[in-house]
Amino acid sequence: MIRFENVGLRYGMGPEVLRDLTFQVAPHSFQFLTGPSGAGKTTLLRLLFLSLRPTRGLISVFGRETSRIGKQDLPKMRRRIGIVFQDFRLLDHLTTYQNVALPYRVLGHDEATYRADVVELLKWVGLGERMHVMPPVLSGGEKQRAAIARALITKPELLLADEPTGNVDPPLARRLLRLFLELNRLGTAVVIATHDLALMDQVDARRLVLEDGRMEIFS
Amino acid sequence: MSADSAAPRTHRPADDPVVRDDADHWSGASIVPSQSIAGRALTLVIAIMTFLASLTAGAVTVIDDAARSWASDIGREVTIEIRPIDGVDIDAEIRRAVALAQEFSGVGRVHALSDDETRRLLEPWLGAGLDLDALPVPRLVIVEIADPALLDLAEMDREVGETIRGASLDDHAAWVDRLRAMAGAMVVGGVTILVLVLVALVLSVVFATRAAMAGNSDIIGVLHFVGAEAGFIAREFQRHFLMLGIRGGAIGGGLAIAVFALAGWLTQGTAGIPGADQLTAFIGGVSIPPFGYGAVLVLIFAVAILTAATSRFAVHGALAEIE
Repeated sequence: MIRFENVGLRYGMGPEVLRDLTFQVAPHSFQFLTGPSGAGKTTLLRLLFLSLRPTRGLISVFGRETSRIGKQDLPKMRRRIGIVFQDFRLLDHLTTYQNVALPYRVLGHDEATYRADVVELLKWVGLGERMHVMPPVLSGGEKQRAAIARALITKPELLLADEPTGNVDPPLARRLLRLFLELNRLGTAVVIATHDLALMDQVDARRLVLEDGRMEIFS
Repeated sequence: MSADSAAPRTHRPADDPVVRDDADHWSGASIVPSQSIAGRALTLVIAIMTFLASLTAGAVTVIDDAARSWASDIGREVTIEIRPIDGVDIDAEIRRAVALAQEFSGVGRVHALSDDETRRLLEPWLGAGLDLDALPVPRLVIVEIADPALLDLAEMDREVGETIRGASLDDHAAWVDRLRAMAGAMVVGGVTILVLVLVALVLSVVFATRAAMAGNSDIIGVLHFVGAEAGFIAREFQRHFLMLGIRGGAIGGGLAIAVFALAGWLTQGTAGIPGADQLTAFIGGVSIPPFGYGAVLVLIFAVAILTAATSRFAVHGALAEIE
């Protein structure tokens, strides 16, 4: 699904923040991306999401080399990837329902074709009663679940989550983890960037450990 | 349903309330927030600048109209000036001058200023109760020109000089030339100010739009991450900012039109008041021709399009930064 070969990245003329990364994300796989703060986890997620291009090496996403993907094709590729941010990035002037339905709205789909799916997904993540409220009145955990629902609504082949449990208490973190595992069981490959060891210890999954821009893989 | 329950989009019974939920959840919702502090500030800036630009455009059209009117009025009149000469009956010369002028084709009304009219004319300089016989005061015959194309002014000048003793023809050419030059200078000055106001308008709108767009960078980022194409994002913002531009432009342009109407009403309603009469004599009534109102409408739409285009460029700039 995704393949990195000797990938390096530097910002401008600065030092390399990622060095010689070689790994694969297989279809239907589940892995944690971990490492200390500043190790480059978010930068690596941006590379995976095609928001950054490497300064050297080769990245292949869904069978296509990113260096050969034109700008006009990038949105189509990104729609196959769902991304969850640590700071949620919900639009405060839209309701929870509208935030989750946003990916369909930007695709220009008729609401009748996705309304039931959005409502059902909101109920699945426990936000059925909160679909008509605005994000500012949601709790941190509710916002996180809304952000996850938005990433999932179009059934992406790959889900990237950046510190998805960083703003929630341990019980909710466990619930969110079960949500990701359930999603993975349904066929979506999952990459969770976290430095929460307790969370990772709950699942026997592959760990991609970043340190000083280099990666070690523990299966 | 909790987060760890069964996965969605599996079996849905016919009576599932989810399936029956057919409310329009997007009703009235826009991806770009319709009301924001930056948006209101932008509307205000656009309204103020459109108002100022419309007022300037209106003032230029009024000055241009007044200048044409002056040149036209003065150009449609010539004066026969008859200087008193010892031993010559000046009243007889005046009557002959009137008769001579009336013989020319293209001439309209011919009117010799009476003694009273001449006294009133000179009263500001020589005081009341002037004895015209005591001073060598020239007498005037006003010849109105009905059709300038038919009148041979050179012939009239020659005949007046030859047949009326002490008479000369003043066609006000020097005055008309000076007035034309002055009016032209005023129009050029007005147009220059208008151009400067328009440049200020463009810069204000561009910078205010960019400032308003900066507040929306989060929305651009989110749309980008949910897979929106650049064209979609640009269209959403362009439509939103077009409406802001039209609203601001309509407020500013509408206020300017109201001011024009009020000024026209005030100049009509103050007829007889010395100051107002002098103003009316100078520039005519403050009435904006249809062209002026058309210019205001063009201004409103130009501002709206400028606002929308600036937002489009800002979207592409923001997306380039994200990528």
